[in-house]
This record gives sequence, structure tokens and C-alpha cells, in this order.
Amino acid sequence: MAKPELMDFDKALELYEPVLGFEVHVELNTATKMFSDAPNFFGGEPNTNITPVDLGLPGSLPVVNEQAVRYSISLGLALGCSIAESSRFARKNYFYPDLAKNYQISQYDEPIAYRGSVDVELEDGRSFTIPIERAHMEEDAGKLTHVGGSTGRIQGAEYSLVDYNRAGVPLVEIVTDIIYGAEKDAPELAKAYVSTIRDIVIALGISDARMERGNLRCDANISLSPRGSGILGTRTETKNVNSLRSVERAIRYEIQRQAAILSAGGTITQETRHWHEDTGRTSAGRPKSDADDYRYFPEPDLLPVQPSAELIEELRAALPEAPALRRRRLKGEWGFTDLEFRDVVNSGLLNELAETVAAGAAPQAARKWWTGEIARLANAAGVDSSSLVTPQQVAELIELVEAGTLTDRLARQVLEGVIAGEGSPAEVVEKRGLAVVSDDTALLAAIDEALAAQPDVLAKIRDGKVQAAGAVIGAVMKAMRGQADAARVRELVLERAQ
Amino acid sequence: MSTANDLIHLPAADLAERLASGDVSSVEATQAHLDRIEAVDGDVHAYLHVAADAALERAAEVDRLRAEGDAGLGPLAGVPVAIKDVLCTLDMPSTAGSRILEGWVPPYDATVVRKLREAHLIPLGKTNMDEFAMGSSTEHSAYGPTRNPWDLDRIPGGSGGGSAAAVAAFEAPFALGSDTGGSIRQPAAVTGSVGVKPTYGGVSRYGAIALASSLDQVGPVSRTVLDSALLHDVIGGHDPRDSTSIPDTWPSMADAARAGRREGALDGMRIGVVKQLNGEGFQAGVTQRFTEALTMLEGAGAEIVEVDAPHFEYAIAAYYLILPAEASSNLAKFDSVRFGLRVNPAGGGTVEQVMAATREAGFGPEVKRRIILGTYALSAGYYDAYYGSAQKVRTLIQRDFDAAFGRVDVLVTPSAPTTAFRLGEKLDDPMAMYLNDLTTIPANLAGVPGIGLPIGLAPEDGLPVGIQFMAPARADARLYTVGAALEGILEDRWGGPLLSQAPELAVATAGGTN
Repeated sequence: MAKPELMDFDKALELYEPVLGFEVHVELNTATKMFSDAPNFFGGEPNTNITPVDLGLPGSLPVVNEQAVRYSISLGLALGCSIAESSRFARKNYFYPDLAKNYQISQYDEPIAYRGSVDVELEDGRSFTIPIERAHMEEDAGKLTHVGGSTGRIQGAEYSLVDYNRAGVPLVEIVTDIIYGAEKDAPELAKAYVSTIRDIVIALGISDARMERGNLRCDANISLSPRGSGILGTRTETKNVNSLRSVERAIRYEIQRQAAILSAGGTITQETRHWHEDTGRTSAGRPKSDADDYRYFPEPDLLPVQPSAELIEELRAALPEAPALRRRRLKGEWGFTDLEFRDVVNSGLLNELAETVAAGAAPQAARKWWTGEIARLANAAGVDSSSLVTPQQVAELIELVEAGTLTDRLARQVLEGVIAGEGSPAEVVEKRGLAVVSDDTALLAAIDEALAAQPDVLAKIRDGKVQAAGAVIGAVMKAMRGQADAARVRELVLERAQ
Repeated sequence: MSTANDLIHLPAADLAERLASGDVSSVEATQAHLDRIEAVDGDVHAYLHVAADAALERAAEVDRLRAEGDAGLGPLAGVPVAIKDVLCTLDMPSTAGSRILEGWVPPYDATVVRKLREAHLIPLGKTNMDEFAMGSSTEHSAYGPTRNPWDLDRIPGGSGGGSAAAVAAFEAPFALGSDTGGSIRQPAAVTGSVGVKPTYGGVSRYGAIALASSLDQVGPVSRTVLDSALLHDVIGGHDPRDSTSIPDTWPSMADAARAGRREGALDGMRIGVVKQLNGEGFQAGVTQRFTEALTMLEGAGAEIVEVDAPHFEYAIAAYYLILPAEASSNLAKFDSVRFGLRVNPAGGGTVEQVMAATREAGFGPEVKRRIILGTYALSAGYYDAYYGSAQKVRTLIQRDFDAAFGRVDVLVTPSAPTTAFRLGEKLDDPMAMYLNDLTTIPANLAGVPGIGLPIGLAPEDGLPVGIQFMAPARADARLYTVGAALEGILEDRWGGPLLSQAPELAVATAGGTN
């Protein structure tokens, strides 16, 4: 595949206005599936968490999961939506082997939540309001594994296997209105939006919200409108965007790609695009026309969903703090500077930090670890920080440093061990033998050896040149393979000079 | 001791009494019916599957429980029953009359089947039907037609011709059917039996292979009104697995049927003759018997009133848009991926090609016709004109019912416009076939209950004629009262049930004579 032409981003923005739209799918973490009593657990042996309903066996009938309805209402309220007095499920008809009934039960013209908005903050602190068109309930499809091809995709495969464990997992799809005015912030805004949705569903406790596991999936629609034309461009819908970073990159890429095509006199094909994390590009998926005919009609096996006003008010009263308000509160509590706090938010690590602090760590130490070493490792691995370690592990690590068991340097090694799956920080310390040597006898022996090698040092210290101790401290730390507390070593060296 | 011939002619209620008294064992009753099936079903072909061994085993189990004095046995314990093949059964194939499900044994029981088992009834087997319940003659079964016990050259009605013929041929005392537009009531009419389509939501649809979800309803087929009521009491009631199931508790249908046999049961009952379905233009003998029945009802104290239901004339048109639309979606799951027939095109193929080859080979012409019709009716650009308009007509028909039931307690029509027609007579004329359900379809569109029962033989062909009563939603009990009352009057006149006038069927083997 020839490398596609890309236009310089700033140049693209000069010529075109990016117009955005997002469809975010949130997998709800209910105990059972959307329409059956099978466990809502994806993974494990294929085709084990299924019932006749999930397989679409003849005669089987769906029953709506009440918990999923409650979660959907809560999410709708958190997005500032109105909750429909009566909403309805419909059938979306199309043949595909991962869709057991060959129709998906989804809400169509009568969603449970409609017309809302959500405020998202950009890195520089500016706030942007994203209009929400609707949030509706639906069921997930099964998972296909294509066998025999080189790419793992359907092209070239000999046969495909279907796992229906995911079939019927409850989803809420959040659809934005068309978003104008993002301009050069479009990539960042996209990331901030998805991050905010993630914050909201985590705060509500209704989803595990792990993008890398597909709990949270973003389809990003983008088109370019030539400046001054007032004409909307043809849009593409980019899928397979599995991290916050990818959301940002994918939008930037599509703007550059579309701008190059348009400026060369070409036309954009209305289609889905597949994001490739490794190459940082999108490739053409299937053509998608507005005329795709899913032959929607009201699902006759289900009654309309009619939540009582009491239920809605009960759920409204139980809503957690809005993410924007929460951020303001946490910044104050932690005593962070604007810059420090923004750094945390922009890294998408606010929840990790909050949980780390909740687990007993000092806010500054938690910030230092998450935005420093952990972020560096995550970046290198191309994954989200939250997939590497848990806040509990980080809090434990910080505690070990505070207690003097670990130096920062040792703690970084312990962190690597934790990420490598060697166990909790304490277990890694134990297994790797990384604890600081706090036995003064051992330290003094090393100090005496170093002093013997550098006989002039003691005299310099006694002459008031305390910084001369540095050379000895360095030698001792080296001898102890870093497993010593430098401050303690310094104390002991100075004692020897007296 | 009873002869086997006695046992197969007993209504289920009487057989249940004999079983309870210990006069007859369930094994004897079951064996008598199995022998009868053996003897006549070669000609009638009411059954697609007979579970003789399992039936006798269950019967022996009930006899053992009864001998032990088990107080938990229901009133129908040990009575044999036939089950329409549209219902999922754990231990018997469930094909819905289609090649695409040939040999498929579901991993679960339909709720109504589970209830039969819990009430210790004895399933004899699965009965024939038009493929996926699409038809009015059972000629659309992929496994060959069922024949009418009154005249083997004639159709037994459909789609539930197998259940109706089994009951009319004394191959089962009663049976389960399903009714989407008349599939219980029309076969009952042409075989001289009784059939009830309960209120939509009154009986669970879980495990009933769907034709049109908003119209389908499972119900009883029998030779007497009381027997249908007894079966209805077993299968009815709320099922959390069916979201459209009504959560109410229901009165005893059997009590309602017994009340119909009391003196003065029809006193003051207001019965509405639907102006649009008053028998005019129907087969002469149908109109004649219907008119006589009205006179009898009036004579028994009922008040006959004519009511106008102006939108009923659009019922068939609306029905043949709503049904195919829902069916086209319901039948999409038959794609060979998870169950049922799989046809691989020569030289292999993509999943789409395998699906297409399977559906081409597995579905019969009537099923394909309705899938195409329904797919079209739901298509963008046509939805409003077809499916949307049909739903509006449905609402208007519901309003017609509401208005009518503001004036009368029940509505009455002939069950079908003609008596049983000949096999093959309407097979190539779908419209003529569809018109058979003219009188039964409105009840399905409105979700109200209907009962069909025999009112005599048409003078011109000596074949059974049926009458239908309809009641407001949830007033199923009222139908059993009216039905049983009229049945009593007629049986007094005939000197017994109408089916005792049916011709003797040729007996194929020596089985069943002990």
C-alpha cells in the first residue's frame, strides 16, 4: 500500500473547517446480559456464557434487564439528557454471523435519553460544550475469529469461528450532534470528550470503561468543510480506536488525509475507516451510505420502557458529582498548581490519581509517579497507563518509599517488576531483594572502605568542605548497588568526620 | 373395564375422572391413543412425530404416583395430549413443519410444554402444520399434508390442521395449537372441533417458534368446550420469560365452562353480530347453520344485536403486511450458523452464499413469498405506506372492537366462510387461501380472545360448520361460558357430540382392539 498523501495539519486547517461527530459505545457492567439471564462476562471458554436467547434459538424471547435500564437512565441524566417517559426497542435487520438473530435489538426512533450536553476541558483549561443528541440501549454482537488468513481479517481467511459470549452484552450508545467550531483543537477535543465520557461512566460505576478491552468504544465521524463554502463535506467514520491517544491521533490523521484528497481535487468516499495503532493510519472499511436499509421496526417481543417519574428522580438524586465540579474540588484538596493539575487531567490520569490518594498516598507523590515514570513506560509500550498498574499498587509503592524501604531508584525497579506481573510491590521487593540496606554496620563497612580509597576526603570535610562527602556517598551507593538511602549514608559519613 | 374404543372417545374431562377414580390407568389410556394413531394416522397424517415409548413411560410414572396417593397430581394427570410442532420440546424434534428444522431437538421446553409436564399430562407427539404456521390447509407442511377425518380428500384447515385432525380423529383427547390469524379456530371449524385463541399475553409464547410476534398466541384444541377450558387453565398465566405476558391472575376457565351448562347461563347476555361478518356471501350451508345458531342463542335468553365494525374489511390487507413484516425478521435466524439445516454450495462458498443456499433449500414457496413480501413492506421508502398504514388500520380495528364491546358482551361470526375445501383446490391461489381467515384475523389484530366450536353440518356437503365468539381482552372466561351454553343446546338437539356423526375411518392394523 502506497503511503497516502497527508497535508500539513496547520495548512489543512487554513483551508478547511473540521466537523466532528462521535458515537461512543459503553458496555454496561451489569450482572447479566441485556435480554437474557446469561452472565455478562466476555472472555473465558467460547460459547459458555450463553442461553437460548443469546443464540437466537427458535422460540426464545428477550426480556429487558432492569439494571441496564437504570444504568442507562443514570448515564442519560449525567449527560444532561431528558429521559423519555416511554421509549421503545426496535429491530435493526441485517445478516451477519456474529448476530445470532440476524437482527440487533436496539433503540431507534425512541431512545431512552435525548438532547443533552457535556462540558469538556481542553489542556489549556478552556471549556467546550459537546451537544448530545441521544443515548440509547442496545445489545452487543458476538465475536468472530477469522482463521487461515495472514492478517486475522476476513479477507483471505479459510473459515471463521463465532463466540457468542459477548452477544447480548448491554450497551449504551451515546451519539453527539454535529460538532462545529473545534478548529485546530479537533484532535484534542475528541480525546477530551471520550475521556470525559469515561470519567462519567466510571463515576457512575456502570462500566469497567477499559478502552483496550472494548468496554468503551469510539466511532469518530469527521468531515471537512471548505472555508467560506458553508457546505458540509462527506464524512468518514473511523473505528477500532482503542485508546484515548488513538482518538486524538486518528482525528488528526483523518483531517490531514481528507485535506490532501480534497485539495488535490478528489472526493471523500463515505465509508468506515479502520484505525491501525501500529502504523498510525486509517484504511478503508466498508462503504457506508445513508441509504443502508436496516428495515427498522418496533420490536414486537418487548413492551415500551416506561420508567416512573419516581425512579428517574431517585436516580437523579443519586448521581455522583459532575466531573468538572469534581476536578475543581480535587485540585483544591490536593493543593496542586494549575500546571500540575492540568498535567494530570491531560494525561487522563485523574481517576488513577484520586484512587491512589484514596489508598493512602500523598497527592504529590501520586502525581509524580503517574505522570512521570508510569506515563513514560506506558508511552513506550503504546498503552494507557491505567492498563499497567493499579492505583492500589502505586499507593503501596509510594508507601514503601515513604517508609524508607525503597529509594526512588529502587522503586522504579520494583515498578517494572509489578508491571511484569511479578506480584505486588512488597512481593517484588522480596523476590528481587531490592530493599534499602538499613543496617548501619553494613553501610559503615562500605563507608570505611570508600574513605580508605579516598583518604583526603575526611580532611576536606573537617575543613568545612562538606560537599566533598559526595564522592564517598557515590562510591558507597555504587557498592550497595543502589540499595542504600543516600541521606543516611551522608549522615554516617559526616559522623565519621567528627 | 373399558374398551380402548371407549377410552379414545372420552372427552379429556371424563377420562381424567376415570383416571382419578382408578377405573382406568394412564398406561391404558395412553396405549389406546397410541394404538389409534397406529391404526388411522397413516391416512390422516396428523402427527409428524409420535413419542410412544416416552409417553408410556410417563404414563406408568403417573400411575405409580397415583398408586402412592400423590396429592400433587393435577386434575388432568395422566391424560394424553398432542402438541403442535411449532412448540419447542426437549425430547422431541421441533420442526414447525419446515425442512430447515428437520430433526432439530431444542435444548429447552416451551413454557406451555413445561406446564403440561408439571401437570403430569402425557405428550403423545408433535402434530403437523403448515410450514412456520403459514397457511390455512396444512398443505404447506414440508412433510406432506394432513387430511380431514370427515373426508380424507379434504383439508383439515391450517396452520394447525394436525392438532385439529388428531383431536377429530380421536388420536388425542386434546391438543395444543397456535393461532396467528386463525390457525386454531379455522381448523376447529372445518374438523368439527373446538379451538380457542386466548387473549394476547394470556398464554406464554416462550418456546413457540415465532411467526408474527405481535399476533401469535398458543391455545387449546379439543372436542368439547370444557376440555379446552381445562387445558387453558394448565397453560395460561404469567411467564417472566415472555415480556408480552400479562401479569394478572386469571379466573378458572373450567369453572366458566361449567357455568355455561347451568340453566339461564345466557340470560341477558348481549351478543353482537358483526355487520361486516354476518355470513352474507359465505357458503350457503355456513350461513344457514350460523343463522340457526343465533336463533338458538336468542331462544336461550341472549339478546342478539347487530354491531358495525367498519374497519374489519381492511383486516386481511393489514394482516398480510404486518404478518410478513414480522415474519421476515423472525425467520432471519434460520441461517445454518447455529442450528438446523446447512447447505453448502458446490465448491464451498462465503457465509452469505451458505446462508442463501440453505434458505433456498430449506424454506418452502409460501415462506419465501411472505419473507419477500415482508422485507419489501419494511424497506425504506415503503415502510410508511405499507407497514405504517397497516399499523394504523390495526388501531382502527381495535377501536371498532372497543366500540362494539361498549354495547355487547361478546361478538359472534361464522368461524370460516366455507366448509373444508379439497386438497389442492386453493394451493395455487394464495389470495383464495388467505380469504379463509377473513373472520378470525380481526381478533389477532386486536389481541382479543376468540373461541370456535361446531354448530352442525352444511346441508350441501355434510361437512362441519363452526361459529366463533369473541370477547374483550382478558374476558376469555366469558367465551367458555357462552361456548359451553351453546354446545349444550346443540348436543341436546343432536343427541351427542357432532363428531359422533363423523364417518368411521378405515383402520390400518389390528392394533387397539383389546
